[in-house]
Amino acid sequence: MNALIISAVWGVVMMFSGILLKQKSTVRNLAIAGMVLLLVANIFETNGTAFFNVDTHGMMYFDRFALIFNSIAILLSLLFLLLSAKDMEKVGINYAEYLALIFFILCGIVLTSSFKSLLILFLGIEIISIPLYILTGSDKLNLKSNEASLKYFLQGSFSTGLMLMGIAFIYGDKGSFLTSVIAPLNGLPSALLLAGMLLLLFSMAFKASVAPFHFWTPDVYDGAPTVFTSFMATIVKAAVFVAFIRLFDEAFGNLHHKWKLTIALITVATLFIGNITAVFQQSVKRMLAYSSISQAGFMLLAIYSMNTDGKEGLLLYVLAYSLATIGLFAVLAKMSDYSYDGFNGLARQRPFLALLITIFVLSLSGIPLTAGFLSKFLMLKATLAAGGSLWLVIVAVVMAVISISYYFRILQAMYFKNAEKDNIITVSPAFKWTLAVLAALLILLGIFPNLVFGFYYF
Amino acid sequence: MPINYYIFLSVALFCIGIVGVLTRRNAIIVFMCIELMLNAVNLLLVAFSKMHHMKALAADVATTAGTDGQLFVFFIMVVAAAEVSVGLAIIVMMYRNIHSVDINFLNRLKH
Repeated sequence: MNALIISAVWGVVMMFSGILLKQKSTVRNLAIAGMVLLLVANIFETNGTAFFNVDTHGMMYFDRFALIFNSIAILLSLLFLLLSAKDMEKVGINYAEYLALIFFILCGIVLTSSFKSLLILFLGIEIISIPLYILTGSDKLNLKSNEASLKYFLQGSFSTGLMLMGIAFIYGDKGSFLTSVIAPLNGLPSALLLAGMLLLLFSMAFKASVAPFHFWTPDVYDGAPTVFTSFMATIVKAAVFVAFIRLFDEAFGNLHHKWKLTIALITVATLFIGNITAVFQQSVKRMLAYSSISQAGFMLLAIYSMNTDGKEGLLLYVLAYSLATIGLFAVLAKMSDYSYDGFNGLARQRPFLALLITIFVLSLSGIPLTAGFLSKFLMLKATLAAGGSLWLVIVAVVMAVISISYYFRILQAMYFKNAEKDNIITVSPAFKWTLAVLAALLILLGIFPNLVFGFYYF
Repeated sequence: MPINYYIFLSVALFCIGIVGVLTRRNAIIVFMCIELMLNAVNLLLVAFSKMHHMKALAADVATTAGTDGQLFVFFIMVVAAAEVSVGLAIIVMMYRNIHSVDINFLNRLKH
């Protein structure tokens, strides 16, 4: 509850800071201070000190999983702000409002990670989506940004309609929105419940951008300003996955045999489409959009297996994927050329930066000693533990191998090609060292994953 | 009236909305169809809420059980209003740039 209330209040504070403060750097520092406050308050709650006690009538429940995920999301947002908050100035004049919207999105993320009622799930997903429509279209004079935001908006509200119809069907069958009332089954599930579950599955798959509901993803991620793509593709996607796993664990856990095969087919389609299409991309930004689809395929394995390994693995996966992707997008936002050629000869001009990018790329493609490897390993382990799904594991491993081919093109460009033109990017020392912290975290988690799991259990 | 009538009516409205979203090319009309989908859900929720409430009333006269569906409708209305304000702003922004609200324009990102 701490994080929920403070993030909402701080969003309002940020809106006022846009009027009252003239200096952009002051606004930025205020946002970073708010994020630190949010992180501290959430860690306090994890240790049992809640500042606010609101009776939610059982609609929300902050368990260990939700609190740890909130901490991860807030930590990632803090790192994101430290790296990219300066680049947001280039997007438009409404600087304080962008930061305010990010705080409101975090408020939605807290709702989706801790819901016990479908009402809260719906509100959380909408509080995440509506600010994102605005952030996508924030580059108002750019036609690509316009197009991305309209496309995202139309398809997003369409999928909201599907989700609401699903919720209405489930309510008709069970007479309540609480997941604890929806879960118990007496006899066979009714057709109304199954239809509702399927509609909810479709809309969650849409929000999490998995195939065959991924069509908006590459366009929106490509058209949106790069700083906001970074936020959308990592933290928001992770929150949607946490909502996904909570919904199917708590509300539809008893129907596992009904939706297991559907999820398996969706996973295979996502891995296949994401990886194969990413190979043919020329722009790194678009490649990262497809890579986010293929990584979503791996995260789906946690929902498929639905066991403790999967839940733990999802936390680590979210952390590993988000750290690496935020780092890559932060570097990309500094570049003028988004194609692979933009990376040409970077190792010669900026050897330290090139080394950090190498760590991010290695983690994304799942090379040992990085968190990316261990999180992929945990996902596959969870899938095997679920039983009867060796073929799924084999498909996932083959796809992970294919993914190396497009990730390593960045390394090839950096280390084995010479820059034709002068495209040196300038980075401040603070940026470089924050990026180094991200890379260090990736390696640290790859060697000592218990740093995360320790929090989960104790 | 039996609940089936309400289910058929709102599913029909919902399908009209879906078909409209998939076939119409004017952004405003697509948007209206999405609103139609949301309102079909509102109708269904109110009907279900009444049904559950009548069932609960038979057992206990003072009960409020089954009214939460109607509360949900208010939340949908509020969220739909927020979506309208953002969505129309996006459509106006696009109109200012290209002087058209035709969604066939949405193909620049493909290449």
